[in-house]
Amino acid sequence: MYVYQDYDQQLLNERVAEFRDQTNRYLAGKLSEEEFLVLRLQNGLYVQRYAPMMRIAVPYGMLSSTQVRRLAYITREWDKGYAHVSTRQNIQLNWPELEDVPDILAELAKVQMHGIQTSGNCVRNTTTDEYAGTNPQEIEDPRPWCEIIRQWSTFNPEFAHLPRKFKIAVNAVPGQDTAVIGVHDIGVDIVRGENGETAFDIYAGGGLGRTPMVGQLIGKAIPWQHLLSYIESILRVYNKYGIRDNKFKARIKIIVKAMGADRIRELTEREFELLKDGPMTLTEEEVTRIKACFPLPSYESLSDQPAELEQALAENAAFKRWYNTNTLAHKQAGYRAVTLTLKKTGRAPGDITAEELEAVADLADAHSFGEVRNTHQQNMVLADVAQKDLFSVWLALDKLGFATPNLKLLTDIVACPGGDFCSLANAKSIPIAEAIQRYYDDMDYLHDLGEVDINISGCMNACGHHHIGHIGILGVDKKGREYYQITLGGRGDSTSRIGEKLGPSFESDDVTSVIDKIIKLYVEKRADGESFIDAYERLGMEPFKERVYGTAN
Amino acid sequence: MAQLIKDGAIIDNEWTRLTVEQIEESGIPASGKIIVPLATWQSQRDEFIARGNVAVWLQAGEEPALIADDLEKLSLIAINFPIFRDGRGYSYARELRQRYNYQGEVRSIGDVLQDQLFYMWRCGFNAYEVRADRDINEALAAMKGFSVTYQADVHEPTPIYRRRPDWRVEQ
Repeated sequence: MYVYQDYDQQLLNERVAEFRDQTNRYLAGKLSEEEFLVLRLQNGLYVQRYAPMMRIAVPYGMLSSTQVRRLAYITREWDKGYAHVSTRQNIQLNWPELEDVPDILAELAKVQMHGIQTSGNCVRNTTTDEYAGTNPQEIEDPRPWCEIIRQWSTFNPEFAHLPRKFKIAVNAVPGQDTAVIGVHDIGVDIVRGENGETAFDIYAGGGLGRTPMVGQLIGKAIPWQHLLSYIESILRVYNKYGIRDNKFKARIKIIVKAMGADRIRELTEREFELLKDGPMTLTEEEVTRIKACFPLPSYESLSDQPAELEQALAENAAFKRWYNTNTLAHKQAGYRAVTLTLKKTGRAPGDITAEELEAVADLADAHSFGEVRNTHQQNMVLADVAQKDLFSVWLALDKLGFATPNLKLLTDIVACPGGDFCSLANAKSIPIAEAIQRYYDDMDYLHDLGEVDINISGCMNACGHHHIGHIGILGVDKKGREYYQITLGGRGDSTSRIGEKLGPSFESDDVTSVIDKIIKLYVEKRADGESFIDAYERLGMEPFKERVYGTAN
Repeated sequence: MAQLIKDGAIIDNEWTRLTVEQIEESGIPASGKIIVPLATWQSQRDEFIARGNVAVWLQAGEEPALIADDLEKLSLIAINFPIFRDGRGYSYARELRQRYNYQGEVRSIGDVLQDQLFYMWRCGFNAYEVRADRDINEALAAMKGFSVTYQADVHEPTPIYRRRPDWRVEQ
């Protein structure tokens, strides 16, 4: 992974000093609440329901085992001994004290970590495919491009006070949307240009939240040299013309919709004309240097399906099920990418304790070249596990409780922290996830149902990405009571699509039975081998509506 | 006299900024250095050029393109920050310097606080009217906080990847 140069480290150290000074000035009454808010948000610090919430940046989800151990240490020293994996591949702490945050940041800086721009109205962490570099279908490894974007976006002086937050994601797999780029402010799709070189289709105006929208193509096949100039052009247009007097209309998607993609493109091209071929133009030398930061691990020369694996698959049905569900094909012969499902029933999706973090770090050192990745579905990945070691890795993960073979299945639920923690939430999300997980405890049935994405958000801000769940659940407030609105047909898999509302919302006790009706209808109506989302797209909303609410006449 | 930071030093502010309301009430003073709103400039441009010592301030939402034709007549453009978190002024300053190659003074006015000054400097401001209730000396001292920048800016013509290994910022 990217290893810091002396200047990266120096910048980080200076930032730690700056935030310590800002915190001191705030505590001394020299900065108002509102002024400090902007400064602390740009260091990842929210003030939440019970305590501050601190979001730690994990660039494109990549962590070293050293970093994972340091996170474990931090959660013990300054938090309650656990951390949370977010839907943007970051790590969150739910219980730090504000006064301790400068010390936490100093501790993080020792392992090249920080909270820079993980919140606030600025360019956030760039995300990508959690299987980047190992995915046999990718055009090329997207991580060097993510790192190039990271450096450009870090402390970019022009874009620190945008109308609203700004999220960029990069996809490198044709025909797939591995990083849900369709619902990002800017989505970068790596393509091959006419000359056969790397180019980018650049989308803008996607986003979830109150007004969910899929992004529109602004720049087609932009040559790699101009990646940053083109993105900067879009950002300047947004910084100048984004809506600032209404928080709910401030994302770039609103102006893309209102002005139209053609007008946004015209304005972007006007800026691009000025920047194109200027000093921001990426050089072959720099791209080569950054690519060299993501070398292939020192793979052993192995072949696929070794005897050890074949034997374990033949002898152990539970292992076989996990192998089929939670491990993925790999570019390198003899290896698989392993996903750890962080979805223990009764625990917030994505939560992981200090002891578990350390165990995962040990496994990464022993079996995956010391690297771990966070996924946007709140799981973790050991991306480079030798097939001959899979059985022993499975045993270790099973002991940790991270080998539940439910990846992408109905109980692999994505949920925000919700009303249990978040002061923005209208309703709780964790107990809803738990109720569904408890109800669907039959692993055979879950496997028979196949892939079903359930996403739960506690409010309109959509941190649980409910709009792109095949089944989305949104917490709403009705006269002080928690209700849940169901959407169907959202997608964040091969494509990004916004789900449609099923109808009036439900009380929390009814949510599981509504899900059950929806699932049972699918089972009755599905064609042979047809997935839930394919069946929904064939059948449409009506039969589901009728089943849940009863026939109109 | 009120003070401001200009080109790294604290100096007296010789310019008086006038609002539309002040001008409606008391008119344009016959002498002295004044900064007038864009609309006032546009409506009395020729008189102001004849008078001399008139600068323009842009409100957030009034972009430099609106004054592009008059830039050589102006020795100072002020850009207002109605609230510090409104970041439009950063793009305006950058445009003044890089699209229009403006060489005069670019001054930040309004809600100008120390934690914004380094970014303002990078985007092309060279003068800052720090909010009156804040310590201008502390603000000036804090501007020297960072020695690393990744991107090109108004002072540093190249991004860090074109200036390695000599990446340090000269202020």
